[in-house]
This record gives sequence, structure tokens and C-alpha cells, in this order.
Amino acid sequence: MNRRTNIWNAVDWVTVLIFLALAVFGWLNIYGAGYSFEQTSMFSFTNRAGKQFIWLLTAIVLGLVILLIDEKTYDLFGYWFYGAMILLLILTPFLAHDIKGSLSWITLGPISIQPAEFAKCFTAIAVAKYMGRYEYHYRDWHDLIIPGVMVILPMLIIMIWQQETGSALVFCAFLLTFYRQGMSGLVLLAGVLAAIIFVVVIRFGLIPAFIILIVIFGIVLWRIWNHPRVHKYILIGMLVLYLGFSYACTYAFQHVLQAHQRTRIEVLLGMKDDPTGAGYNVNQSIIAIGSGRFFGKGYLKGTQTKLKFVPEQDTDFIFCTVGEEWGFIGSCAVLILYLIFILRLIRIAERQRDTFSQVYAYSVAGIFLVHLTINVGMVLGLLPVIGIPLPMFSYGGSSLWGFTLLLFILLRLDAARMNKLL
Amino acid sequence: MLNDNNYKKHYVISGIAIGIVAIYICRLFFLQIIDQSTKEKADNNALVRQTIYPGRGLIYDRNDSLLVFNQPIYEVMFISKEMGDHFDTLGFCKAMDITRAEFDERMAYVTDRNRNRSYSNYTQQVFRGQLSKEDISVLQQTLFNFPGISIRKRTLRDYTYCSAAHLLGSVGEVNQRDIDNDPYYQAGDYSGRDGIERRYETILRGEKGVEVLMRDSRGRIQGSYHNGELDHEPLAGQDITLSIDIRIQLLAEQLLSGKMGSVVAIEPHTGEVLALVSSPAWDPHTLVGRQRSQNYNKLLHDPHKPLMNRALQAQYPPGSTFKLLQALVGLQEGGITEQSMYPCNGPSSTPIKCTHNHGSPVSLEQAIEQSCNPYFWQAFRDILQKDGYGKQNKNFRANYERWRKDILSFGFGSKFEDSDIPDQVSGSIPSTAFYDRYYGKTGWKAITIRSLSIGQGEILVTPLQLANEAACIANEGYYITPHLLHNDSSLTRHTTNVDPKYFPVVKTGMHRVMTNGTGRWYNIEALNMCGKTGTVQNPHGKDHAVFIGFAPMDDPKIAVAVVVENAGFGATWACPVATLMMEKYLTDSISRPDLVNKLTTTHFISE
Repeated sequence: MNRRTNIWNAVDWVTVLIFLALAVFGWLNIYGAGYSFEQTSMFSFTNRAGKQFIWLLTAIVLGLVILLIDEKTYDLFGYWFYGAMILLLILTPFLAHDIKGSLSWITLGPISIQPAEFAKCFTAIAVAKYMGRYEYHYRDWHDLIIPGVMVILPMLIIMIWQQETGSALVFCAFLLTFYRQGMSGLVLLAGVLAAIIFVVVIRFGLIPAFIILIVIFGIVLWRIWNHPRVHKYILIGMLVLYLGFSYACTYAFQHVLQAHQRTRIEVLLGMKDDPTGAGYNVNQSIIAIGSGRFFGKGYLKGTQTKLKFVPEQDTDFIFCTVGEEWGFIGSCAVLILYLIFILRLIRIAERQRDTFSQVYAYSVAGIFLVHLTINVGMVLGLLPVIGIPLPMFSYGGSSLWGFTLLLFILLRLDAARMNKLL
Repeated sequence: MLNDNNYKKHYVISGIAIGIVAIYICRLFFLQIIDQSTKEKADNNALVRQTIYPGRGLIYDRNDSLLVFNQPIYEVMFISKEMGDHFDTLGFCKAMDITRAEFDERMAYVTDRNRNRSYSNYTQQVFRGQLSKEDISVLQQTLFNFPGISIRKRTLRDYTYCSAAHLLGSVGEVNQRDIDNDPYYQAGDYSGRDGIERRYETILRGEKGVEVLMRDSRGRIQGSYHNGELDHEPLAGQDITLSIDIRIQLLAEQLLSGKMGSVVAIEPHTGEVLALVSSPAWDPHTLVGRQRSQNYNKLLHDPHKPLMNRALQAQYPPGSTFKLLQALVGLQEGGITEQSMYPCNGPSSTPIKCTHNHGSPVSLEQAIEQSCNPYFWQAFRDILQKDGYGKQNKNFRANYERWRKDILSFGFGSKFEDSDIPDQVSGSIPSTAFYDRYYGKTGWKAITIRSLSIGQGEILVTPLQLANEAACIANEGYYITPHLLHNDSSLTRHTTNVDPKYFPVVKTGMHRVMTNGTGRWYNIEALNMCGKTGTVQNPHGKDHAVFIGFAPMDDPKIAVAVVVENAGFGATWACPVATLMMEKYLTDSISRPDLVNKLTTTHFISE
């Protein structure tokens, strides 16, 4: 097939539009968050909104450039990109300034770059390349070892070497990719159960966790006891594993987690009341959002965010500004827009004709979903404080560029899908 | 891709996304629609309602002399969060002229949430309050060196004279009860705690202004909220003019120095109080500002009870000054006439002996002049027994009750209810029920209560009531409620039960006291003074010296009552005080500086 569809006609412009809408609305809110009653211009490079405007323009240029690059590049050089990125991640702490205890920022002249923001993208490409090989077929969990290592490697580097728990957690998004490619849904359930057990252990102690585990597994075992195809011994083994996990949680909570992480979790679980210390961010965040009521206080009229009660209000806590100034209506609109965006990405993923594109697409959807979940969950006080940006909204060039890269590679792959052999 | 048996999993993945967003929308619904507390919390966070204190009203005397005014004071404030790690503590101590230890102690106190519950790193705290302009001058010049430190201006009371402390009262910080009772007050506000300051608090305090400001998370003010739409300017308190004449107030205080006692002077035809003095007193400057509570405690524990306003709260038997009323009531009730004469056997009289040497029998005028005890006993007896006892003592008891009502009509036995004079006590004129309890209904008669005839016994009066008695006689039959506000026309005119026609004879008697009787040593002929001395027996110690009087006789301008506790003869210690005051008030001069000097330097109590 020689006739190539015109790439510009094939681009999914709806997704681009949603992307731009979120980015522009984010930019307006960054201006709002930094606004301090004697604000000059939205475009002045001296303030954050002005800088974000530059990031936005360059991101659009970056997006257009990516759309022009042949999609085969990623398949061809996927491992090279991945390798280079791993190297950069390892080198980063040597080149980095210490910014708030994390060693993940490289400063180049006036701008700082966070390589971890780009790691997601290249990991997704590498995983897609591996799983998209012609001879690759998912049969059982052995087939996930290599892609799993591909994901865990950058994750560990970021978490341990760069001390960036938030950015590392995003790699959990690949579980959705694996799930779609054949991994058992029980793994996701097991993950959810592990999370529940963790909360129960920390909040109520070991004994209640044991009781819950034994009851759940008891019911399951009782139901399937005479079922010929189910391995009850695996289930019993898992029960033992979970019991061990419960115990490990108590140990890990006391000895592995850092003090501030421990406090954040305790505050979230209501075990500690610390409105001026660890709970301050979330407490102020909830006050800011709650005070927006139904219609919000109006653009640039929020007192909580303007007067800097909410820390990190133009980066990780940008959603507060939305909540305070645009109210329930505006917050819901933003969340629903994100939902539409993610559902659209899933739809794009499903229409791909080759595994490479589909795996990559699911990775992208998963990454956006995890970012949204962790960030908004934190701002709403439902998840512990984990510093990761709200895609397109939060201030920052690296994160905006990282998401642009992630998304526009997908759009290019999607635009080119008609050219793929069935 | 064609035989994709995992195809349906995209529903699960979409479902997860939808589920998460749904949970978050529910959470938003809870926070933004259901939970009502966040709005208030947000306002508490961001809005500071800065009170702008109005200037308190000034207090003047009847001649427009300024008595009480406001003096700016300064409070040094700090915000811990802004002081930073590199705060120049030593430099700050030097500027404040305190030691490092004092600094640490104060900081430890303020930042201890157990002791200072409103403490926050982010808000202004008082480091040191009530400082004078001099105290802060060094700091003010170097303020830029000390981040987080600021100076706030307030006002304190200041006084022109070291005088009238009881009367004026003081201003202090409000307590929880004030805050609960009156929404005007907030913690840290000042209000009049006693005296005139409290009585006229609502007039003096004015209206507080408010400025709604926005502050950021570090407590720094970021400008006004909604362009100041919610702000309003303070309204200064109204000035008040007291009826007091500070010249005679000061004189009386000087004359009572080193003595326990009190002086009340009233302008008879208006009821305006010209002087209200209680001794010992204190310098009103000492109950202002930082030393207030310390000095207050000192006064509270002083054995001479300086905090008690003796002019209003001390109760004594009136002694011989009561004989004037006895005469008036006797004339009114028909117990005596202007021509009545009674025998006096001098010191051997019974049942009450006479303490003065004079002829016998005596007329009413002479009896007043000589303060003849037997005359007034016999007069009292004849008032009560003019128509015998009757059955069950009935006539006697009725007569006593009439007598008592007549006495009460002069303002005794109760507080002046419509008066603005605070903290009065009522005194007591015993009722028939009172004696019935002791003696039974038929068990008492005139002889039983003979002490009353000469103003001793169970009668208790306050110096204010004594001054009012003088005013009643000066006015020949009425009094206006004694009060402290100048030109207050809202007061009641009280008519006594005694017909005006009976007064001139008593007045003449009082005039004779000053010309020939017990007051003659301190009389000033030209001022046409009337008076009556009293020497009140005191079971606890030396007699109290008492004097009431007025001048000039025909058109009285000033009525005075003086009580000097444990001093001895009224003629010696109370009378000269009164005549000096009358002289000062009527002529604005003192013709007897030696007398002033002698009284000033004679002290009955140790300092």
C-alpha cells in the first residue's frame, strides 16, 4: 500500500482540542493562583503564568513537530530511547540541584528539566515495542517478566535514586496496559486488596486485617472447594502471602517509610490531627475548595489561593484554584473533561490495528488516569500527599512537555493506523 | 488483533476511570455543597477584621477644666514566622532596653499555647504592651532591622490632676462576662471598670470602626477586602462635663490628706455634686497601663481600704447633724413648735446628758446652736408620744412610722435611684418592724430608742445623704437627686414631708451655730454660713468628726458634708474643712492659708 493518508486529516483533532482546552484553562488558573492583587500581565515572563504561556506555545510547536516525525521512528529506536533515558535517570542526581529533597531536576540555563517526566513516555515506547513484536504472545505471567522489568527499572531509579515517590508511582499505570494485554484481572483485585489491607493494618492493627483476610479467603475457598479447575493450594498460598504482607506492612510503615510520609498517611487516616504541620496542605486545600461552594467565588476572586494559604497552589495543588474560583460546576466540568479525554484515549487505543500502538495507547491512557487519580485524590484529601502534577494544568515546562510528547506520539501513531497492514 | 479475547477488558478500564471520577465528584459535592464549615474557615483564614478603636470621650469639670484625656501608647507586636532564623535578638533587646533573659521569658510565655491559647506563628502577638513614646523611640528608628516586629498604637487614659480617682474610676481590659453580656466587646478591649468611666461607658466609648483586611498565609496584610466596602470609620466617644468643681475637689482632697474620711459638696438648687472626696485615695495615673493590676492589688490589700469610696459607701450614725431633721420633723408633726422651750440640766441631764454649757430652758434656735442633747431628746419624745401610746402602743408606733417617713423624705435610708452616682449604699433608718423584732410590738417606746434623737443608735447614713440633708435645708424643703453630670435636666425634684415654712427657724439655728455655737471658730462672717457640727460616737475607736452646712444662708450656692473618721470633735476637724471649701467655691480664694496648712499636715493615719 503506497497511498498514505494525509496525516493532518487523520489526526484525532477532538483529542487535541481537549488537550488544548485543559492546558489553556490550566494556564488561566496558574495566572489566578499567582495573582496577588497588583498583578501585571498574563504574558510577562517574570511571573509563572507568563512562563507557562511560553511553555504552552513551545509545547504546541513540539506537538506539531512530533506529528511530522515518522511513526516508525519509535518502533525502530524504541530500545535506544529507553536505554538513553535510563542512563539520564541514573546521571540526573549527579547533575541535579536538590529541590525539596528530590534529586530529579537538571538546570539548563534559565530552565529546569525533570527527566522523570519524560521517562514515562520512553518506557511506554519500549514496552510497546517489546509486546508488539510479531512473535510475542501473552500466555501467562512469564510473558510479563521482561516488560515488567522495563517498567520497574526506571520506577526504582526514580523512587530510590532520585527520591521522587510520586513520579515513580505513576508507573503503576502499566498494570492497566498489561491487564489489557492479557494479565489476569485478579492481579488488579489483588492490588486493591493489598491497598485495603495496608489501610486496615495501619489504622486498626494486625488482628482486624487477619480476620478480614481469613473471612474473604474462607468464603472464596468454600465456594470453589469442589471446582475441578481451580488450584485451591494457590489460594491458600496467597492467603499465607497476604498474612505475611500484613505483618510486613507494620514493619514497612515504621521502618521503611520516611517520617513525613508516615505522618501524611496517619493524617489521611485520621490517626493524627495536625492542621498546621503535615495536615496543613490538605486542610487548607479542602477549605479552599469547599469555600468555592456551587458557583465558585469567580475568576481571580478566591481568597485562599490568592493569599497563599494553599501551598504549591500552581503546581500540585492547582485544582484548589479551580475549586475555589469556579465552584462545584467548574470542578466537575474539569473532571468530566478529563474523563472524556481518558475515555477518548481508550477508544483510540481500541481502534489500533497493531499491538505496538495499542500497548502504547493504553500506557498513555493509564498514565493520564493515574496522574488524575493521585493528584485530585490528594487535593480532595482522599489520598496521601504525593507530589505529582495534574496533567496539562499544573505549572511546569517538563510536565507539560512530557505529556505533550506522550500524547502527540500517540496521535501520530493513531493518524498513521490506516497505513498499517492488517 | 482480530481474535482479541481481551477486547472486553476496555469496559473494565473505562469503568475504573468513570468510577474514580464519580467518587471525586461525590467528594466535591460533599465539600462544596453539603459541608457548610469551609466557607467560614476560609474567611477566618483570609479575612482580618481589624478593629479601629475610637478615641474615648474626654471628661471635663463644670468650669471646662479638662480632667481626663487620652494618651497614645504603643504595643510592640511580633509574628514569629516572619522573624526568621537570623533575627537579631541581641539588637532587639538593646532597642527595647531589656535583657536577653527577659526576652526569652516573654517569648516562652507568649509562644506557650497552654498559657496563651490564641498563639499562632502566623499572627500578630503582643510582645510588650502599653509603652510610652519614649519607650519605643529607639526601636522605632531601627525597626527595619527586625523583620516580623511591628508597633501598634492605642490609647490609654491620662489625667490632668492627681485627683478624683474614686469618682472618675478607671479603664481596664474587659473580662469574659463583659464580652458575654455586650456584643460590643471583644477580648482585649478596654472599658470603664468603675466610677464615672463605667457609669458613662456607653457614651464615652464611642463606636468602634472596622477595617476588613485580607491577610496571606503568613499573616501579612495584603490590602482591603472588596475595596473597603465592609469597612466603617470609628466614631469617637462623646465628651462629658461633670458637675464637679475640680478646685474644691482638689482642696478637699488636700485637707483630708492623711485622714480617713470623705467630703461631699452639692449645689443645692440643681443637685449637682461639686465635690466627692474619699480619703485615703490614690493617684489615678497608677491604675493605667501596665502597672494597673499590680497597683490595684496593692490598693486592695491596703488596711485603710482606699478602694472603698467612703463618700458613698461608708455608713455612720449622723450624730448631732441629725438634730436639724429632728427639729424639722418635730415642727411638721406638731411635737414641738418654734416657741417650744425645754429644760437642760447640762451634764447631769437624764436620760441623755448635755455636752455643752448653756442656759436653761432652751429654745429651738438655741438648742441647735448649742447642740443641746436634752432638748432634742424631749422633742423626739414629744413627737412620738404627742397623743400617748394608745392601745397596743398603736399611736406611738404610728407616730414613729410617720417620723420615719419624714426622715426618709430627705433622701435617707435608700440610694438615690435616678442618680448617676455609682456604687451608693442605702444607709438605714430602722422601721417599726426592726424594733418589733427586738422588743416585741409593745416592748419599745421613745425611751427605748432615745439615741435616735441625737443621731446615734441604729441610724446609718452616708456622707452623700448628709450633704443632701444640707441641700434640703438650704432649699427649704426639696432636693434634686444628687448627680454628677453637669446641666442634666432630667432629674427629679423631691419634696420633703416638712412644710417649707418650718425651715427658716432651723436655718437661723444653723446660722447661729456658725456665729455663736460650735462652728464659730471657723466662721467667715461675710459668707453668711450655716452649719451644724457633729461628733459621732464610735464603738471601735475615737469619735468621728462630722459637719454639714451651706452658704450663703439666703441664697445657698453650696451645701457640704464632711466626715473625718476617728478625728474627734466635728467642730475641730470637720467644720474647718467645710468652711474652707465654701470659701474657695464662693470667693475662689483662701483667706486662711495657715488653717489649710495645719489641716493638710495633720495626719491621723500612717502612710
